[in-house]
Amino acid sequence: MTIYAGIDIGSCTTKAVVIDQEDNIIGSHVRRSGVDYQSVAREVLETALEGREWDNIPIVATGYGRHTIDFAKEVKTEIACHAKGGFHYAQRALMLVDIGGQDNKVIKIDNSGHRLDFKMNRKCAAGTGTFIEEIAARMAIPLEMLDDMARKAEKRVKIGSYCTVFASTEILAHIRAGVASEELVRGVFESVVDRVMEMIPLADPILLCGGVVQYFPIVADIFRERMSGEIIVPPLPQLTGAYGAALFARQSAD
Amino acid sequence: MEERKRVEIKATAQVRAVMEQHFRELDEADKTKNRKIAWCSSVGPAELAISMGFLVYFFENHGAMLGSTRTANDYIPLANAAGYSPDICSYLTSDIGAYLKGETPLQRAYGIEHIPKPDVLLYNTNQCREVYDWMSWYARELKVPLYGINTPRTQRQSREDVINSVAAQIEEMVPGLEEVAGRRFDIDEFREVIATSRECSQLWEECLDTAEAQPSPMTFFDDCIHMGPAVVMRGRKEANDYYKILLAELKERVEQGVAAVEGARHRLYWEGMPIWGKLRIMSELFARLNSCILVSTYCNSWVFSDLDPKDPFKSMARAYSSIFIGQDDNWKEDYISEKVKRFNLDGILYHDSKTCPNNTNSRYAMPDRLSEQLGIPYLIIYGDLNDLRCFSEEQTITNVEAFIEQLEESR
Ligand code: SF4
Repeated sequence: MTIYAGIDIGSCTTKAVVIDQEDNIIGSHVRRSGVDYQSVAREVLETALEGREWDNIPIVATGYGRHTIDFAKEVKTEIACHAKGGFHYAQRALMLVDIGGQDNKVIKIDNSGHRLDFKMNRKCAAGTGTFIEEIAARMAIPLEMLDDMARKAEKRVKIGSYCTVFASTEILAHIRAGVASEELVRGVFESVVDRVMEMIPLADPILLCGGVVQYFPIVADIFRERMSGEIIVPPLPQLTGAYGAALFARQSAD
Repeated sequence: MEERKRVEIKATAQVRAVMEQHFRELDEADKTKNRKIAWCSSVGPAELAISMGFLVYFFENHGAMLGSTRTANDYIPLANAAGYSPDICSYLTSDIGAYLKGETPLQRAYGIEHIPKPDVLLYNTNQCREVYDWMSWYARELKVPLYGINTPRTQRQSREDVINSVAAQIEEMVPGLEEVAGRRFDIDEFREVIATSRECSQLWEECLDTAEAQPSPMTFFDDCIHMGPAVVMRGRKEANDYYKILLAELKERVEQGVAAVEGARHRLYWEGMPIWGKLRIMSELFARLNSCILVSTYCNSWVFSDLDPKDPFKSMARAYSSIFIGQDDNWKEDYISEKVKRFNLDGILYHDSKTCPNNTNSRYAMPDRLSEQLGIPYLIIYGDLNDLRCFSEEQTITNVEAFIEQLEESR
């Protein structure tokens, strides 16, 4: 069987996807990127291959560390790969919103899968996965508990800063004022959505992807509350870029 | 990553020589006091000062040197500590910081110990108020006279009353300059300098226009080096002699089909300041992506077609009041559109320069308006002219690569 692989070396996590000729995912794996991208990428890909031979497999690398690995035949930006993976799932014109570890992207795609425009967030991590992690660490709440906690919030508090440091101070002020942790956590997720909505006017259908969307389904629910149109979430949102890279690998090989 | 081979522009050696001559003359004047020295903002009344025998030192050019030598960040914190915010012009902060530390890139480049001490400071607010703030600091520090022209900005067109006021302000400088120079102003000498400066503009514009050719013989990154004489030596014969050499070479490159970027598939516009400390990296990045940035607002800013020796004060007022940076967005959009069409461009890059709002045009939705009007995409690059703390190389590379992929897809 001919197989293809895509590997997405993000600033926080490295993702690999292996597909067959029908574009079905036959293996995947995710791990923290750490500091040695090359060997982490190898390990992630090896795990995703589930014992299959990996010589001569067409591989496309993407993500922040795309230029650092030597075993990929081709490199593509994460913008190209997310657009590819997202469009493959939705098969129509859409706006793709990726909420990643250290950056957010919004990509406008036409009904033949071509990118019309894209925007990436500016330098600050506010509104990204790193921001959520940092706040959770500060509040000493395990990440797995955040989604449930946020759903229990009765009210919402506004976190308006688009600087991570300022946002942290805002949160400290809320804590001092006795705001419930649930409400603060909800506020953090709301602010993630705010930061995305400030990037570009969103229009449906919107496809949400990225690690934040996968681990915290409440983010998609907040989008649904805020917008009337269709919000699509693929089954494995975090793998969208790696899947797109694998599709590119197949396309170049064919 | 593969490196691109290219046929270098031979005149680069000459441009370096012209720039060196400029600094050596200033250094000599500084040491021997054989000539008076005027510091002048880049689009200030340089021609007037030259006609009165001054050697002119352009402090923004020094700022750019601090940027391109990547030393700016050693000095910016010193100016910050002296009360000049990290959010303001990083030419200003790096230059004042370098002064406070007693250092200059002229030391390494030419063995020149320090920047030349001015006898007078001149500026024009046609580009920004920062040049006034910057020179005020030196005026206090060095106790030298400061003369300025206040030009209104955000104009739709150069109004006659504005031109008259600016012309009057230039004329009002004369007695003060006479006193510092120790000699009389002579209108005929002024006319001559204006004529020489006008010729420099014409020649430089012709050089820039060779980029209309397919392939373009020169990139924006080349322009940033070759524009030096048009900035610091305009109004002097040496600049014109240099541009004749450069123009001849560029025409030859066009005739022989010598490309600035071999095999370039995308022709792009650069709007905004250069990121001085990253010129090489950016130049290699675009070349690797088969793309050529061949027109820019910035390098076209030293074209002053209105200069006219017949009416030196008023024509200078007109030329210096109608520069791109001083006009409103409608005017700027017309300007960019004309270039995009004439140079047959595929996309526009906007540099959002953190510390220079004056040279940043992406903050009031101009990119969206122009993109809709021209039907070509744009990319905003977030950075700064000098302060590399405001620039993420990784993010920029990803954005640029994605932008070029998008252009490829739409071909
Ligand atoms: S135009 Fe911008 S970079 Fe130039 S002096 Fe003014 S503020 Fe500084």
